[in-house]
Amino acid sequence: MTTIPISWYLAVAAVLFTIGTVTVFVKRNAIAMLLGIEVMLNAANLTLVTFSSYFRELAGQIMVFFVMVVAAAEAAVGLAIVILLFRHRETLNVDEAQALKL
Amino acid sequence: MERALFVIFAVTAIGAALNVLVRRHPLHSALALLVVLGALTGLYVLLGAYFLAVIQVVIYAGAVLVLFLFVIMLLNVRAEEARIERRPYLRWLAIPFAALLGMEIISLVRVFEENPSPSGTSVGMTEAIGRELLTTYLLPFEVTSILILIAVLGAVVLARRERR
Amino acid sequence: MVRALVVTPLLAAGILGIFGRRWSERLIAAIGCGSVGLSMLLALRAFVELWRLPPEQRVIREPFFSWITAGSLQVDWGFHLDALSGVYILFVTFVGFWIHVFSVGYMRGDPGYARFFAYMNLFMFMMLVLVLADNFLVMFVGWEGVGLCSYLLIGYYFDRAYAASAAKKAFIVNRIGDFGFALGIIMIFAAFGTLRFSEVMGIIAARFPEPEAVGEIGLLTTIALLLFVGATGKSAQIPLHVWLPDAMAGPTPVSALIHAATMVTAGVYMIARCSELYARSLTALFLIAVIGALTALFAATIGLAQWNIKKVLAYSTISQLGYMFLACGVGAFSAAIFHVVTHAFFKAVLFLGAGSVIVALHHEEDMRRMGGLKRFMPLTYGAMLCGGLAIAGLPPFSGFFSKDEILWRTWTSPAVPEPWRHLLWGLGVATAILTAIYMTRLIVVTFEGTERFALSAEGQEGTALAPRESPPVMTIPLLVLAALSIGGGWIGLSEAYTGGRVANWFEQFVRPALASPPVHPDHLSAFGEEPGHGAELGLAAVTVLLVLVAVLGARRFYRRDPLRPSPSLLENKYYVDELYDALFVRPLVRGSTLLLWRVFDMTIIDGMVNGVAASVAACAALLRRLQTGLVRSYVVMIVIGALLVLGYFIFVGGRLPTQ
Repeated sequence: MTTIPISWYLAVAAVLFTIGTVTVFVKRNAIAMLLGIEVMLNAANLTLVTFSSYFRELAGQIMVFFVMVVAAAEAAVGLAIVILLFRHRETLNVDEAQALKL
Repeated sequence: MERALFVIFAVTAIGAALNVLVRRHPLHSALALLVVLGALTGLYVLLGAYFLAVIQVVIYAGAVLVLFLFVIMLLNVRAEEARIERRPYLRWLAIPFAALLGMEIISLVRVFEENPSPSGTSVGMTEAIGRELLTTYLLPFEVTSILILIAVLGAVVLARRERR
Repeated sequence: MVRALVVTPLLAAGILGIFGRRWSERLIAAIGCGSVGLSMLLALRAFVELWRLPPEQRVIREPFFSWITAGSLQVDWGFHLDALSGVYILFVTFVGFWIHVFSVGYMRGDPGYARFFAYMNLFMFMMLVLVLADNFLVMFVGWEGVGLCSYLLIGYYFDRAYAASAAKKAFIVNRIGDFGFALGIIMIFAAFGTLRFSEVMGIIAARFPEPEAVGEIGLLTTIALLLFVGATGKSAQIPLHVWLPDAMAGPTPVSALIHAATMVTAGVYMIARCSELYARSLTALFLIAVIGALTALFAATIGLAQWNIKKVLAYSTISQLGYMFLACGVGAFSAAIFHVVTHAFFKAVLFLGAGSVIVALHHEEDMRRMGGLKRFMPLTYGAMLCGGLAIAGLPPFSGFFSKDEILWRTWTSPAVPEPWRHLLWGLGVATAILTAIYMTRLIVVTFEGTERFALSAEGQEGTALAPRESPPVMTIPLLVLAALSIGGGWIGLSEAYTGGRVANWFEQFVRPALASPPVHPDHLSAFGEEPGHGAELGLAAVTVLLVLVAVLGARRFYRRDPLRPSPSLLENKYYVDELYDALFVRPLVRGSTLLLWRVFDMTIIDGMVNGVAASVAACAALLRRLQTGLVRSYVVMIVIGALLVLGYFIFVGGRLPTQ
């Protein structure tokens, strides 16, 4: 706790965030995209906790608490939509869901 | 000592995240995510956020991820076949984007190179968090409970089978 | 009270215009004629009140409301009733009333009955505004207003192409004159700072004691000429006379009211109103006199050759208007106004009589298909005979007194130098002779001789319907106006006939409102001080003799040969319309089509408007590509956005919390 520079934690979070973004980018499967988003959320959480710890501010952890709550809600609703999508199209490939094309 | 732990957890997290990216079957990706969550828990402990570490395991890994797994099983998802990618350029776009994003974030990170390290007493004690939640952040606390209620309702309504 | 007399016809016009379509002819007629009748009574009352005032103070001013207040320009609607406008409102409402009554019968059965009376009432309002205005701008409103009503009424039968074109022609030619008028008004304001007649004339009288000489184009002359351009248009003098004959396309009562008795005299009114101005510009006066005299002769020659009964009367009107301008030009403003009044009477009766004939023959207007109507329509015949003798200028009819007054004043005018005024007198006499001839021709060809009218067998079994005399609603106005044509001239009896014992009542009444003629520097009196009564009587006798001979001669001539063909130059009105068409109309049309339409309108303006629309469509087509419907593209866009925002904060600025 005393000897790890803050930037290490932040760097880890940064890398995780980047990986999460790329996952959302690249995957075609809807559930996989959601997983990528989860990764991004966790990276953000890590950042928040890091700052909270190093600056002795509790607010950061409170925020993480709320982020988790919202992430859970979002995951629930998102998965419900995915289920609906699957029911209509028999596939989870997001490229197939193009009905809103102009 | 902590450094070693840090390195272990960090590497695990990054490696598992890469797995999430790389794996073909969503089930494998989900399990890899589980590993990420676990590694992060360790990092939280290192940072002194004990309460959050526990919450992470119980809620995030124990509920959200399980939900994911249920859905994956329910829909009987198969591995992603090597279908014709209609927009191959997106795959290749990912590399420069990733690089760009990484660079931007890292440059932000470097701002904080000279900062004090965390001190002894941690701030993450449950009692402290609880007190804050129920006094200063009372309103958001209550509102999020409603939020969850709405999410639950929404999910149920959305996923309901058509009554015939 | 003046307000009431002006506004009444406006109200009637509004009511008839909005509600009249569903009302019975009787109600419409009652309102239409009633309003003018009411105006007439009010005018009479106002006139009496005016008369009661001592001659030097015969002015009644009634302000109405304040209109424009912009910087130094202050224009109000106010009414100025003096001897000049008093005379005008009397005969305008009087003649107008009887013409309205006549129209009740003439327009019977026409589907646009209410519209007709609405427009006629609107016209009465505008005319009254014109003559009662106390400043140039309000008079201009009335000026334009009567032009508008003229357009509406000429084009009353709007489903006939000829009528619609004639209406447009009238309005456009008028407009050309109005341009000069407007410039004149602007100059007046620029030079004198006010537009009120009394103030302007006062300033002119004070600042310019001497008239501007002939050939000197000073301020006053310029203004006078510009205003005269407007008068030329409105009163159909050369070169803007071309609209009046075509205006005969409108219903005959319209021709009687607007194009004979009232509107066309607005130009004369305006000059009389500004007589102080004109009396100070010898150039302008000379020009007016010359144009008036030439127009009179010119129109008379054309009228001699026309076969359409209304066209003959139209050219006759132009010719008589020429007389009025001649009078103004020699400085005899009161004589001009006198002739305006008598002309209103006898021209109205002539037009209404023609209307009576036209209706009796089921809208036949060509004299070649008339003849012998004396037997069938004695009242009409009698009335027209009165009108014809009046216009020819035979005593004791009204026309004699006014025309003779003009001729005498021309001969002795102090404003025009020696050879010219005698020359102008000669032109006037020549015109009088021609007037007598063409008028006699009209009456003889229409009413005497063999019957040439083709009676359309409206009755079945081949029974021909003989033309009948018109109903009383039409003949009574004829008789009233005929009576005035006979007796209306005595009010202006020249002093010469009574050896100076009885004054010229009309002139005495009107003179204070008008300026005296200026004295031309070359003026030499050939008779010593002032030519006496003897000379006046002598000249009058000569004129009457010539006219009498002309009438008798023409009567015999046309009795024998009513259908004698006319010289084609005259019949085709000297090809003036064709000339204008080639000189002005065609080049304008071509220029407009090629330049204004093709280049300007289609290419530039439409191009701009369509171009805007096209560019919007192009942008939209471009932006539409963003909406792919693909989730992954949207992800890309989100990430790009995030990168940009992040990049901004890192590289450009914004404060990062570095605490």
